[in-house]
Amino acid sequence: MRAAFRIDRGAAGRVFGLAALIAAAALASLPLWVDSGVTRLAGEMAYYLALAQLWNLLAGYAGLVSVGQQAYVGLGGYALFVLCGSLGVHPLLAIPLAGAAAAALSLPIALIVFRLRGAQFAVGTWVVAEICQLVIAQLPSLGGGSGQSLTAAVVRAIAAGRTTREMIFYWCSLAAGLAVLALVYGLLRSRIGLALTAIRDSEPASRSVGVDTFRTKLLTYVVVAFCTGAVGGLIFLQKLRISPDSGFGLQDWTVVVIFMVVIGGIGTIEGPFLGLFIYFALRQLLADYGSWYLIILGCVAVFFMLYARDGIWGWISARFGLQLFPVRRHLVRVTPARRASLDDAADPKG
Amino acid sequence: MSVLETRGLNAFYGDFQALFGVDVAVGAGETVAIIGANGAGKSTFLKAVVGLIAGAGGEVLFEGRQIGGLRAHEIVRAGISLVPEGRRLFPSLSVEENLRMGAYAGRAGAWSLGRVYELFPVLAEKRQAPATSLSGGQQQMAAIGRALMSNPRLLLCDELSLGLAPAVIKDIYARLAEIVAEGATLVIVEQDINQALAASDRFYCFQEGRVSLGGAAKGFDRAAVTAAYFGV
Amino acid sequence: MEWLSVIVQGTLLGGLYALFAVGLSLTFGIMRLVNIGHGDLIILAAFIALVVVQALGIHPLASLAIVVPAMFALGYLLQRGVLNRTLGESILPPLLVTFGLSVIIENLLLQLFGADTRRLHVGALETDSLVLPGGIAVGLFPLLIFAVAVAVIAALQLLFYRTDLGRAFRATSDDAVTAELMGADNRHLYALAMAIALAVTGVAGVFLAIRSNFDPAIGPSRLIFAFEAVIIGGLGSLWGTLAGAVILGVAQSIGSALRPEWQILAGDITFLVILVLRPNGLFQRTRD
Repeated sequence: MRAAFRIDRGAAGRVFGLAALIAAAALASLPLWVDSGVTRLAGEMAYYLALAQLWNLLAGYAGLVSVGQQAYVGLGGYALFVLCGSLGVHPLLAIPLAGAAAAALSLPIALIVFRLRGAQFAVGTWVVAEICQLVIAQLPSLGGGSGQSLTAAVVRAIAAGRTTREMIFYWCSLAAGLAVLALVYGLLRSRIGLALTAIRDSEPASRSVGVDTFRTKLLTYVVVAFCTGAVGGLIFLQKLRISPDSGFGLQDWTVVVIFMVVIGGIGTIEGPFLGLFIYFALRQLLADYGSWYLIILGCVAVFFMLYARDGIWGWISARFGLQLFPVRRHLVRVTPARRASLDDAADPKG
Repeated sequence: MSVLETRGLNAFYGDFQALFGVDVAVGAGETVAIIGANGAGKSTFLKAVVGLIAGAGGEVLFEGRQIGGLRAHEIVRAGISLVPEGRRLFPSLSVEENLRMGAYAGRAGAWSLGRVYELFPVLAEKRQAPATSLSGGQQQMAAIGRALMSNPRLLLCDELSLGLAPAVIKDIYARLAEIVAEGATLVIVEQDINQALAASDRFYCFQEGRVSLGGAAKGFDRAAVTAAYFGV
Repeated sequence: MEWLSVIVQGTLLGGLYALFAVGLSLTFGIMRLVNIGHGDLIILAAFIALVVVQALGIHPLASLAIVVPAMFALGYLLQRGVLNRTLGESILPPLLVTFGLSVIIENLLLQLFGADTRRLHVGALETDSLVLPGGIAVGLFPLLIFAVAVAVIAALQLLFYRTDLGRAFRATSDDAVTAELMGADNRHLYALAMAIALAVTGVAGVFLAIRSNFDPAIGPSRLIFAFEAVIIGGLGSLWGTLAGAVILGVAQSIGSALRPEWQILAGDITFLVILVLRPNGLFQRTRD
């Protein structure tokens, strides 16, 4: 008898999906029942979740290990300041437009840095980020080396009261985190996700089965630049102030993001979540010890890369066969009884 | 005592098992052919012997000493040299540098640069040329010469005839006799049954990772070999 | 004449950048390893020199006798104990491990020495200069650095093309598996390569510490200078790396003469232009 198969993506994921929706609703109501300090921390975690998922999409799936994503955070931030400050665009509308500006710049940048492969690509992206920072520091209209602040009028355009403003910032961050999560998840379940996974496993092999690796990578790079730019805009809208050093900060926008992903588990959606919580826990715990938390975080990340490349989630996933965001496809042999109905429904030739 | 003996040798590529309990014995001064179809495990067997893939279970004895689990560079130093499939000369080194690299293990013996040039005079003419400028046959000679530079007690040759013209193959096989005369023991892996059997004393036939037949190279039963080769 | 002077100063600056870049060029050439922590290792060497000079009261140049062997040993241990584990098919482990090392070294130096800028002083040698015909003044110390860079590269060329070890390095770079079949122990060779790379980095660190101010945070930009020099020159060629370093030095020097803030930007833009026009650099040898 001919064997029949269907594609399954795991039941744990479906249960988890419902739980995630409830959790999202609970998170949205957070500002109503905790104090503003906690809300601010939760907002920061939300936009770091977005940055971590985006870097993971680039490095863990598309094989584009960038050490220069701070370029797009900074560009997005500066774009937002120009849009709001000089062009009078409403701050919330300026957030996606900042993303569009970053995406527009990412295209020519990609055409240059894509000439470098592997580790050289990484350093190349770093050079580009440095160039962005140096150029912006040369532009007096953007505040030069000392940067600029948002005017009071712009700040009031978001909301008149400080409390309301903080709530709006939080909801925007939460929305950004969830939107990026949904985007990455959707992308990975689509044909592009399949192509990316193929590229990650073997670029020549994926080319031979008809994957246009250059276009797939370029598309991923530009989409990630768009989102990173928008998140950058959002971040500096909240900070109300930007300078070349803060906008293009390697440590804030790339180093800790990479550590989160590596420790949690690169190449999985669940990993960056875990890494996010570990990072914030360590940071709160070691707040009084200067940069020791970075040293410890660095050691932990190096340890995982040497001895457990799939990170904490990789270990959990292998140990318990768990997958909360099912992007992998499993072939399941369909039993004869069920197959009959499947045949009727889906196989006109019989 | 055998120069090389494997007992129940298994080998894996990841989860894929390529050798299943292979027993092979090669006596001193013998030339032994290993024949078999593509994918039968011949090259895998050689790689397992020289330590390029870790054997998983079973023993590899070289002159009575357990060498299974040693790393490739230690096995060369012990006295086994491999002429790899596809020659694998170092492209950015000259012919002579390739040969000198062969002596990196630092084993003393009859083979020296001068002696290799005597065996393959054409290499002496091309000594300063980049290895990539040689013809296929000359590259094969350089690869053999390079392997000899470590003065091996056991020389393993993987698919010497691959991609070469018949006249060149004949020429190269003619030199193998000289190498044996210097005291080396030879294992030849070939897909070409006739070529391999003509040059050797005994043979093993591999099929799907197992030894399917073995015996003397002269006066073998052609039907039995065909069956062992193709599994029909 | 003023521009000629700018070009001469830039060329000499290129000598220092060549010392930064040689280690990176070596490790990439031999084992395709791009060490993201390279810049921080240069700064680490500078701080070792600082400690040695302060503790022993010796001349900063004499500290080379301790810094270079120390960096050699560190390189061997680092490669043998840590980085050899990362080599393989995936590019992620070497990249992310050396990235992690970079962050660890920078922050450790910050914790130990604080963020203050430091400098090693060599008295008159810092300011002495030669006047070339035509009235161009050339600093004696930059000239010394350039001469040392040329000497180091010449010595490494001898090692690579005249010794068994050098031949083994080149063979391993071509085909590591086949080199093992010749009796080369790749783990040991890679460790030696990193040891040599860091020994040169030690020289670079000491000269950097004498030539300019340094602090724990400047490692990453030294990595970028080194990387730009290597890519401009073309991978796997040490003389190419020197040429790339000189081009970078001259570009920065011209940028700086136009406007002091343009120094680094001019180097970065030159790098990008060359990357667009000649993606394989000007003098490539190694295939990747």
